[in-house]
Amino acid sequence: MPVIDLANPTRFLALVNRVLPWLIAATVMLLAIGLYRAVNAPDDYQQGATVKIMYLHVPAAWLGMMGWAIMTVAALGTLVWRHPLADVTGKATAPIGAAFTFVCLVSGSLWGRPTWGTYWVWDARLTSELVLLLLYLGVLALYWTAEDPGRGARAAAILSLVGAVNLPIIKFSVDWWNTLHQGESIFRAGGSTIYSSILWPLLIMALAFTCLFFALLLAAMRNEILRRRVRAMQMMQAQNLAEAIS
Amino acid sequence: MSAVTALLARDMRVAIRAGGGALMGALFFLIVVTMVPFAVGPDLKLLARIGPAILWLGALLASLLALDRLFATDHDDGSLDLLMTGNIPLELTVTIKAIAHWLTTGLPLVIIAPVLGLLLNIELRAMGAVALTLLAGTPALTFVGLIGAALSVALRRGGLLLAVLVLPLTVPVLIFGVAAANAALTDGVPFGPPFTILCALSLAALVLGPIAAAAALRHGLE
Repeated sequence: MPVIDLANPTRFLALVNRVLPWLIAATVMLLAIGLYRAVNAPDDYQQGATVKIMYLHVPAAWLGMMGWAIMTVAALGTLVWRHPLADVTGKATAPIGAAFTFVCLVSGSLWGRPTWGTYWVWDARLTSELVLLLLYLGVLALYWTAEDPGRGARAAAILSLVGAVNLPIIKFSVDWWNTLHQGESIFRAGGSTIYSSILWPLLIMALAFTCLFFALLLAAMRNEILRRRVRAMQMMQAQNLAEAIS
Repeated sequence: MSAVTALLARDMRVAIRAGGGALMGALFFLIVVTMVPFAVGPDLKLLARIGPAILWLGALLASLLALDRLFATDHDDGSLDLLMTGNIPLELTVTIKAIAHWLTTGLPLVIIAPVLGLLLNIELRAMGAVALTLLAGTPALTFVGLIGAALSVALRRGGLLLAVLVLPLTVPVLIFGVAAANAALTDGVPFGPPFTILCALSLAALVLGPIAAAAALRHGLE
């Protein structure tokens, strides 16, 4: 089946029904392996066991940003290519990405208290991540308050494109400004500076959370498609009633 | 008189005559700046230190509250639809409306800022530079707010939704505006770099804001 067939919601639903159980199984397995490796990973020589918050905080941060990137591509699909499932993708991704960003901020705050001595600091990395959460909440507000779902989706698509400028700011904030948040230690020129015994559990947890993200996303997209069908059927029923009466 | 100048003149006339416009924005700015010493206490040294930040926050809120007038009145009486189908490209139309909005709402804020600086005990030698940062930064606030205004008129929801959409996007303008204003007050901190970045933000908003706003209007009102 060529990829273009997935633009048909029915075919997409069939694909989701086939793929989702495998994706959930993969998520559970990877989470089990990742958590086992994370629990048995060595403590940091300075931070002790609190470094293990990293195994939740870093994947959550990555996925929060990936969520907005998916919304940006979906926005192009809505506005430029008029792909039928683009606005479904955007609407389904927004709450999941917002949740991961929130988890990143809360876990980071709890990690900061014992290591930095403060729950919050207004440095560039934390501030730009908070702005990302506010942008997510803005997009969600657009979906919630729009009377016409089509208009709400297009407005949210434009806001997704405008907010995409925040992603490179978050990534490079630790380079461009003097931040309390530590600098890049994984995706940097010259390779990662984290030792493999701590890096591998982190990458496994990141993969596990990514599978979780996509499992949640596919389920949410399926729900949204079904929700739209219910709404269409309700409107047809109301129209039939009106015609029957008149 | 060309179409562009006619539109500019019309928008300015509407903004000044109807809905208070220039004076209302300036009055709100005055009230907000007056509220702050009631909240933080009348200590003059403290007010001098946070004075530029208060001026910037007041300008931001005054600009924000005036934004829903930008498209709402035209949408309600149908002239927005006429403008969208007219001969002037929609991007240019929204740019003209934003310029008219800034001239009638942003510029009065810049003009009364020195007076309010007296209330906040900001040093006079630095007041000119603070007003200059407002002059360079309020266009950015207007043109970024343009995006939120276009998004919320398409959805026929004003008020708090507009603030929720616009405020995160204005964070860089606020950061660099206050940095430049504080640099003017502190010896030894260079004024140039944050000020030029502020000007760059205004210029970027001048170009990107109308493009996003026109797209929002087209897609939202089709």
